[in-house]
Amino acid sequence: MTLELFIQYVFAGISYGAIYAIVAIGFNIIYNTTGIINFAQGEFVMLGGMISISLIEYTSLPFAIAGAVVITMIIGALIEMVFIRWLKGPSVLRMIIITIGLSILIREVALHIWGEGVRSLPYFIGDEITSVAIMGARVSPQVFCVLATCTIMMVLLGLFFKMTSVGREMRACAANRTAAILCGINTKNMVTFSFVLSAAIGALAGCVMSPITYSQYNIGTGLAIKGFTVAILGGLGSSGGAVIAGLLLGIIEAFSVSVLPLSFQEAISIAILLLILFIRPHGLFGSKDAAGLKEF
Amino acid sequence: MLKKYLPFIFFALFVVAVHLLTSTTGTIYYLTQMTMSAYYSLLVIGLCVVMGYAGQISLGHAGFFAIGGYLSAALTTSNLLEYKETAVVRLLDSMGMLMSGQDIYGDTIVVITPWFACIVAVLAAALLALLIGIPALKLKGHYLAMATLGFGIIIYRIVLATPYFGEADGISEVPAFVLFGDIAVSGDFTSRVENYYIAWILVFFGMILLCNLIDSRVGRALRAIHSAEDAADSMGVDTTGYKLKVFVLSAVFAALAGVFMTHYNGSIGPSEAGVMKSVRYVAIVAVGGMAHLWGALIMAVVLNFLSLRGVFGSYDDAVFGAILIVIMLFAPDGLLRINLRAKMAHVAALLPWRKREA
Repeated sequence: MTLELFIQYVFAGISYGAIYAIVAIGFNIIYNTTGIINFAQGEFVMLGGMISISLIEYTSLPFAIAGAVVITMIIGALIEMVFIRWLKGPSVLRMIIITIGLSILIREVALHIWGEGVRSLPYFIGDEITSVAIMGARVSPQVFCVLATCTIMMVLLGLFFKMTSVGREMRACAANRTAAILCGINTKNMVTFSFVLSAAIGALAGCVMSPITYSQYNIGTGLAIKGFTVAILGGLGSSGGAVIAGLLLGIIEAFSVSVLPLSFQEAISIAILLLILFIRPHGLFGSKDAAGLKEF
Repeated sequence: MLKKYLPFIFFALFVVAVHLLTSTTGTIYYLTQMTMSAYYSLLVIGLCVVMGYAGQISLGHAGFFAIGGYLSAALTTSNLLEYKETAVVRLLDSMGMLMSGQDIYGDTIVVITPWFACIVAVLAAALLALLIGIPALKLKGHYLAMATLGFGIIIYRIVLATPYFGEADGISEVPAFVLFGDIAVSGDFTSRVENYYIAWILVFFGMILLCNLIDSRVGRALRAIHSAEDAADSMGVDTTGYKLKVFVLSAVFAALAGVFMTHYNGSIGPSEAGVMKSVRYVAIVAVGGMAHLWGALIMAVVLNFLSLRGVFGSYDDAVFGAILIVIMLFAPDGLLRINLRAKMAHVAALLPWRKREA
């Protein structure tokens, strides 16, 4: 393998990996406040991309993206309020089935609105043939947009959870729900908020990735399962772990193309998921004892 | 004693009644969808034991169905004529495992017999279920759901990307499965009634097996695992062993359904392995009331029949998604159970002697 090809794969890997990391963080935000894995997480990414593509016919790119993120946030809030908020102590099996049902419904609605076609946003800078040379490899500027957006998003999320009172309340809710209620925190609102937040970051990721990976009504399931792989790999609930694991999975996936046909790519990342689940279900960075206390 | 056999008698009467009704009203074409529903039902009742009684979710059962269907289809359609002199093919030939036929161009082909292919396919599914089940069933909740979902997607990706399995086109021209004498599983119009009964007899025996299973020591152990796994474990129930056994059993049911369905349709495509199919089976078990074999069977027949008739149109998948949500939100014990119990309680409260008792 030449150096150029190597760098090409690395860049492809980290741009996909960054998206997986964002999806994984979306899983983590909801998991931390509710103990639920939201199987519809990938659908937020799909909705972000699809809505922004529809909006761009009427407005400029920044407004289209902002509009898509806001609409997806509203959808996220509605989902939580209509389907989850009023359930009293639902079992894990019940929550899994409800969120799977939701993901199917969202996907089918998207199919009826946007059809089966593959769509994409225009490139943010230049067009599909614009590229930047890095050590002989040609890299699209969109890759840098993806990386920059994901980095900014993670920094802002970190600040949000540390600096703002809502962020601190959400963390309190994650640490000990009963104690949070006793301290006067409205945990129900925190759950709604966690859905809104993970819908927002999912949608934004969906917008920035759209020019490179395209958007289609059915991309959600694949993203969800890879995002979940990353969340587990990094230790469920840990955002720092998710970033490292995301980049790792992205790069493994990119390099797998040089060994096996492209059509097996998804099978490879899922095989990694199974391997992790079977061997180290607490993840690469998570602690086994801490994982034992959690409720899956 | 009678109570135990009553559902089976009703079941048999229903199957015969549907046949008589359709043949007298000139709507015998409904039997085609009823036959296909029967095969899906076979998978669903197997899954019902895993989900409802053992309490383990599986989002990968379409994978086992596809393994059964695809292996059977591939083995009975791939021509072994050019390998005729190899030792393996000779051995198969001497054991009577080969048959010759003609392909669509009229050329002679030599293929493996459906009986042997069926046995290989079902054994393969059982073996895979064992291999996946040993590590997967140690997982719980979300992890188990994701692991089985992942398994299903891998199978889907493999059949979609392998030329041997026909890639996106699937496998067609699958020969009829001659069970014995003149009785064969095939989509031939002249044998529609015969195939209808083959399918339902298979489901009938499946139900007898599973009903006896859940009424036995195994069934009680499974229910103990469902309600409190740790408690069951400390009472000496071999939780891992029982979970694994029913998982493998359900995989065998699914693979068998896949084999028969493929020979009945004469073809199989990658959509049979899709995630939506697995989710659909879970939806049916949920609507039927999770730990309720007859409920699962009834719902499997009704919903699959409606779906195969195209009643839901392009909203087919959406309907099953909506069913999942609505059932889990409002009637986690299933559709049949909520109605019966609420009504029974209502009626009972109106009875005069109940008041005195209170």
